[in-house]
Amino acid sequence: MNKLRTGAFHTGMILLSLLWLGPVLWVVVMSTRSFDDIAAHGVGSLPRSFTLDTYRQAWTDGGELRALINSMLVTVPSVLVSLGLAAMAAFALSRFRIPGRRTILLLMLAGNLLPPQILLIPVAKFSELTGLYDTLWALIAVQVGFGLGFYTFVLHGFMRDLPGEIQEAATIDGAGTAQIFTKVMLPLTRPALAALGALSFTWIFNDLLWAITVLRTDDNMPVTPALLALQGQFVSSWNVIAAGTVIAAVPTVAVFLRFQRHFVSGLALGAVK
Amino acid sequence: MTATISTTSVTPTRRRRRSARLSPLLAAFVLVPFAVESVWVFWPAIQGFWFSLTRWDGMTPPTFVGTDNYVELAGDATFRGALVNTVIWLVLFGGLSVLGGFGMALVLQKERRGVGFYRAALFTPVVFSLVVTALVWRVFYQPDGIADTLLRAVGLEQLIRPWLADPQTALYAVILPALWRQIGYVMVLFLAGLKAIDPALHEAARMDGANSWQRLRHVTIPQLKGVNAVVLSVIVIDSLRSFDIVWSLTKGGPYHSSELLSTYMYSTAFQSLRLGYASAIAVVIFVLALAVILGYLVRAFREEAS
Repeated sequence: MNKLRTGAFHTGMILLSLLWLGPVLWVVVMSTRSFDDIAAHGVGSLPRSFTLDTYRQAWTDGGELRALINSMLVTVPSVLVSLGLAAMAAFALSRFRIPGRRTILLLMLAGNLLPPQILLIPVAKFSELTGLYDTLWALIAVQVGFGLGFYTFVLHGFMRDLPGEIQEAATIDGAGTAQIFTKVMLPLTRPALAALGALSFTWIFNDLLWAITVLRTDDNMPVTPALLALQGQFVSSWNVIAAGTVIAAVPTVAVFLRFQRHFVSGLALGAVK
Repeated sequence: MTATISTTSVTPTRRRRRSARLSPLLAAFVLVPFAVESVWVFWPAIQGFWFSLTRWDGMTPPTFVGTDNYVELAGDATFRGALVNTVIWLVLFGGLSVLGGFGMALVLQKERRGVGFYRAALFTPVVFSLVVTALVWRVFYQPDGIADTLLRAVGLEQLIRPWLADPQTALYAVILPALWRQIGYVMVLFLAGLKAIDPALHEAARMDGANSWQRLRHVTIPQLKGVNAVVLSVIVIDSLRSFDIVWSLTKGGPYHSSELLSTYMYSTAFQSLRLGYASAIAVVIFVLALAVILGYLVRAFREEAS
């Protein structure tokens, strides 16, 4: 009976896993098929060819290289700046009796919970006004501004629970506020920073809405909107589109695999309290 | 730097904390991030409400029209369709991802052989962007794609249709990939919650003769109250924000059949260039999200207080 149940469990789960991984594998395989093969047999058929030229096409002709560079130029500074600013705010709000600290914290969190739609038009207009429209600066700025509230809230919860004695000891040793922040608090907050870093990297890298709101020129687009454009450019070349899809997915998968533990604990940060 | 705290470092801890509010460095620590968020979030949000009371094409200055936009929304069939679709989205996408995620978490909560792999498999799509997800599923829905091939294989050819181009199926064909990606995410949230439940509670319930269904109903679910609140907020906010997957698969078409409030707002703003009207749609989305946002904040506030 027990054996039967174990068997049923594994059979069911393997089928389910296949449903989740199957489509992904299908796209990976499709990215290595030739155009003629897909044209003749359809995207639902098994592969009869192998080529890596699709990746060259997506990479150079499709502009994925340029798009990946744009993505990194936006994502890396956005993650660093927003986590840096959020850590500063969280440190001050959690470790010192700043008047109105609770209101400030909740207001910042509320900003992140807003539906972005209410911000799209004003943000587009504001970036036109400041001359940032259609530059990566605008995208970095809005990603930092919009993400800050949530990161501050999470880091605040983490820093608040750190023991106060460490800070007191550092103070007695003559460390200033800035030193306590950089030498004591930041190292202790590393697990939370790593978790948020991995999460925010994927969020910002995967973003579509903000990018198409503050950017217009194809050459400035990060990889997510560029993938949509690629689809228009290579309408029926499913193999090239598949290659572009794989290229666009690799960085976040790499970050996930590298920071797997942090990533999952980051997702769970808000859930268990 | 040291000048700002030199007076504080010699005083006792309690006093230090109170006098620290005077430190300009600390003030900057709070004010700089707050100012950044004000410029890119708070101020735009206020403007958004103001724009919803104007007629504006983006070139000429906006003209104040009072509540005209809202009156027009009430009679706009596309808007009503988008509202209905958003509710359908909320119920199907939200409801099924919670059920699916919770179910998978229950099945996969016990550490046993293979569980790590199954969890990872379900979680994989979470790291993809919704545009990547959309393209993966486009292959699935393509004429002669995987869906059609599978249906033919089991002899159900008559069901075959252009899944994304048929107004009858477009919305559901978009919900499916969104669910596929969300279930793993919800599962991880519930797994974390289940892990935090004290096993002694289950042990005690078992001693009292509770069967597994009773234990689920009277131990697990009540113990997950905190997680449930978070998941619910996340799901509602995510549903109302959903844009990427619809935009990449159908752009709200055909004939607005998969239009959500978020996609209608975007196309009204940046394609029809009716910025005032689009702002009014955005305000409606905000109002729908408000109850959830407030609930979330009240919870966060209580936590801060405790």
